[in-house]
Amino acid sequence: MANGFGLYVHWPFCQAKCPYCDFNSHVTAQIDQARWLAAYESEIARVRDDSGPRVLNSIFFGGGTPSLMEGDTVAGIIAAARAAWSPANDIEITLEANPTSVEAARFRAYADAGVNRVSIGVQSLRDDHLKALGRLHSADEARRAVETAEKHFPRVSFDLIYGRQHQALADWKEELTEALQMAAGHLSLYHLTIEPDTAFGDRHARGRLPGLPDEDLSADMFDLTQDMTGAAGLPMYEISNHSTPGAESIHNLIYWRSGDWAGVGPGAHGRLTLGGERNATECHMAPSAWLKAVESNRDGTSLRRVLAHEDARIEAVMMGLRLAEGVPASLLTNVSKINELEDLRLLESDDTTVRVTPRGRPLLNAVLRDLL
Amino acid sequence: MTDLAHIRNFSIVAHIDHGKSTLADRLIQMTGTVAERDMKEQMLDAMDIERERGITIKANTVRIEYPAKDGQTYILNLIDTPGHVDFAYEVSRSMQAVEGSLLVVDASQGVEAQTLANVYQAIDADHEIVPVLNKIDLPAADVDRVAEQIEDVIGIDATDAVQISAKTGIGIPNVLEAIVTRLPTPKGDRDAPLKAMLVDSWYDPYLGVVVMIRVIDGVIRKGDQIKMMQTGAKYGVDKLSVLKPQMVDIKELGPGEIGILTASIKQVRDTRVGDTITHDKKPCARALPGFKPAQPVVFCGLFPVDNAEFEDLREAISKLALNDASFSSEMETSAALGFGFRCGFLGLLHLEVIRDRIEREYDIDLITTAPSVIYHIYMRDGTMLELHNPADMPDLTHVDHLEEPRIKATILVPDEYLGDVLKLCQDRRGIQADLTYAGSRAMVVYDLPLNEVVFDFYDRLKSVTKGYASFDYQMTGYRADNLVKMSILVNDEPVDALSMMVHRDRAEARGRAMVEKLKDLIPRHMFKIPIQAAIGGKVIARETLSALRKDVTAKCYGGDATRKKKLLEKQKAGKKKMRQFGKVEIPQEAFINALKMDG
Repeated sequence: MANGFGLYVHWPFCQAKCPYCDFNSHVTAQIDQARWLAAYESEIARVRDDSGPRVLNSIFFGGGTPSLMEGDTVAGIIAAARAAWSPANDIEITLEANPTSVEAARFRAYADAGVNRVSIGVQSLRDDHLKALGRLHSADEARRAVETAEKHFPRVSFDLIYGRQHQALADWKEELTEALQMAAGHLSLYHLTIEPDTAFGDRHARGRLPGLPDEDLSADMFDLTQDMTGAAGLPMYEISNHSTPGAESIHNLIYWRSGDWAGVGPGAHGRLTLGGERNATECHMAPSAWLKAVESNRDGTSLRRVLAHEDARIEAVMMGLRLAEGVPASLLTNVSKINELEDLRLLESDDTTVRVTPRGRPLLNAVLRDLL
Repeated sequence: MTDLAHIRNFSIVAHIDHGKSTLADRLIQMTGTVAERDMKEQMLDAMDIERERGITIKANTVRIEYPAKDGQTYILNLIDTPGHVDFAYEVSRSMQAVEGSLLVVDASQGVEAQTLANVYQAIDADHEIVPVLNKIDLPAADVDRVAEQIEDVIGIDATDAVQISAKTGIGIPNVLEAIVTRLPTPKGDRDAPLKAMLVDSWYDPYLGVVVMIRVIDGVIRKGDQIKMMQTGAKYGVDKLSVLKPQMVDIKELGPGEIGILTASIKQVRDTRVGDTITHDKKPCARALPGFKPAQPVVFCGLFPVDNAEFEDLREAISKLALNDASFSSEMETSAALGFGFRCGFLGLLHLEVIRDRIEREYDIDLITTAPSVIYHIYMRDGTMLELHNPADMPDLTHVDHLEEPRIKATILVPDEYLGDVLKLCQDRRGIQADLTYAGSRAMVVYDLPLNEVVFDFYDRLKSVTKGYASFDYQMTGYRADNLVKMSILVNDEPVDALSMMVHRDRAEARGRAMVEKLKDLIPRHMFKIPIQAAIGGKVIARETLSALRKDVTAKCYGGDATRKKKLLEKQKAGKKKMRQFGKVEIPQEAFINALKMDG
């Protein structure tokens, strides 16, 4: 496939649920890792039957908290994937990790298992903010975890959340300056989003989440983020992702370029192009339901459908315009709307490509509503 | 047919929540009129909207057979009346159709605003009034104080007030006895030519037009050829019934009786509340006094948000018009809104009820334009035009002067809110005509321009008096004033649906309020939007809606695609509820909300 093929592995467990997180994560005391490994292996073999032979460009362990996986579990999954498909020479194998000291201690084992990139959930470099975000690590632990990771993995990225409660523009500037000094080629910088059905969403709805930025401050923070990362040589390549040229996440680019990926694990989504049709898959959300489905039916999927051509196009535009590189012009047909948005200097296009301008990026949702 | 001595006709006067519906339910239940298993709460409120808003907009009736303590059986006819100033005329007709009223007062609350407004209607109709103190089982009930209040404030003897709890059923037999012993028997001459009042009418999907009548003189029978004296229309009576409250056919109705008839009448429009029904061949000499034709006083445009729904809207409006003689409509085109209807209503509540019914029962999203009254435009050539829609304002060079409709407003308000009420009336260009006291209540009479009242005057009045004021009005005529058309421009494009007639002296203030409101009601766009109010070419108020600065999803990976796409589709569906004016999208609610004034 032109835009690559990757494997997404969802590990649904966390030590504690973060108040802002709306991902499929669960807190459980006991996890039978061998049993889970067997289930993932079974799923990889099953998806292989669907996908046929492919060159595997990436594996991504997401969660949940994949850094709660044992090294052997990770190694087993990687081995199964390598056996199922033909790994590319530059295959990227990323694992999301939390920066507690316990988890950092597993980094060597992950590296031995074949992981060559970690993405660390630092979230903040301020202890009081980490507490407010419900994180279990300190800022110092985070700094040490990034250092440790840099010893074990050729590629390291970490995440920060800004637009937090009681965070001034100057606070973010100071924190981002520190982060850029620590950064090793890749950073994910997310504006805090209050999602429904989360602890934050609940508190926000009841007016108990004071000190969040207004639209102007949010926009200033976003703009500052673009300016500072650009100046530091890590310009944005996607709305919330910044890297030195060439250090972009291969796996995540597959999503944004509408490549193919297999998704295994509870709640994992996948997209496979088969016979010219784009197939969307979703796995059972609840860990126990997924495990049971895999073990008894040898199939963890709960939903499988062929995307209508128009739906696939909308998805490709929605994902692709997040990228600085833009989308093929052939995906967009509404010429008058494009012209209108170009007049507002929110879009730019040439014969082959349509891109969102730096000015249009903070307004991407509005641009998409207009365009699609 | 029942002889006059065994008939009692009554209505129930009460403030909202004082237990009118519960008492009616209890009377129906305790006399076995409805079998226990068929009983449901608030038997008499038919429509969802009525139940929700706690108002009644059509009259309803129930016939109760009551074996009294004197060993004889009486027919008690209850007419439930509409309870809003928009329907004041309908209420007055219902009141004329009965001889007495039960005045229900919550013994824990006392007399309230609405009680007063309605009880004066009953007094106007020469009713015998039986005070009923409800909720005497509540710990907060103070029977003596409330009885005293009824005497002081309303001026009727409350020594024999019936004490009840409609909820528990305490005292209900005493209410029934009081109706028989204290309310007068109806008068009428069985041998005189037929004279009956058309109390109300409505459209029934199975029966067609149903007419509620009160027979004054003579006898009406199934098969009779009848004539409506106001319209001159003649019909054969197909069906004659009484409501118990389910329909029970009856052979004839004589003097004092209340019932319903159907007569192959095609539209409710063909019936007029307050009209006199008589026999075609042997008519009565004179029609009943007090008839007034239904006259819409408030006009506004109703447009479908989605132009494709115009035909659906046409159908909805014509169906609703079948059941509502006071609602008028004609097709209208707007440069900005496309095809729609200019509709006339009795008042704002009437407007809102119709609009809600179209949106709810026919599932059509509507844009409601600025409500307006009928202005008289005197042209230089001596002709006079009626202006129903500010958009039709002719070229000013041909206009000599404008006149606007005025009303006489009567407001009853407790002392403590008088200042606020006077201020409200002054703010609405009112001229005080009278101010008197009845007990601790002031009665204020104001001469007001109707256009200052139609929109939100009643809402404002309720809000500044915490619901304690009652309000009634009558049209008094037209008077010249300095009136101008104010236009609203959004992003330099005039939005005709928002243009309105205003008094020149108040134009700046109204214009400022409008543009400020619109600034909050229009969502930010990707560019900044000037919002202006103008008279002719002159801008009198201006605001700028700044451009949207940030709306972007922070995280969007493979697993998010499906969900984010759904969100995008939902937002796009939300956009469909907006109307495009040039490059600007204005939400549906903005049209009506922009007009609501805060002061």
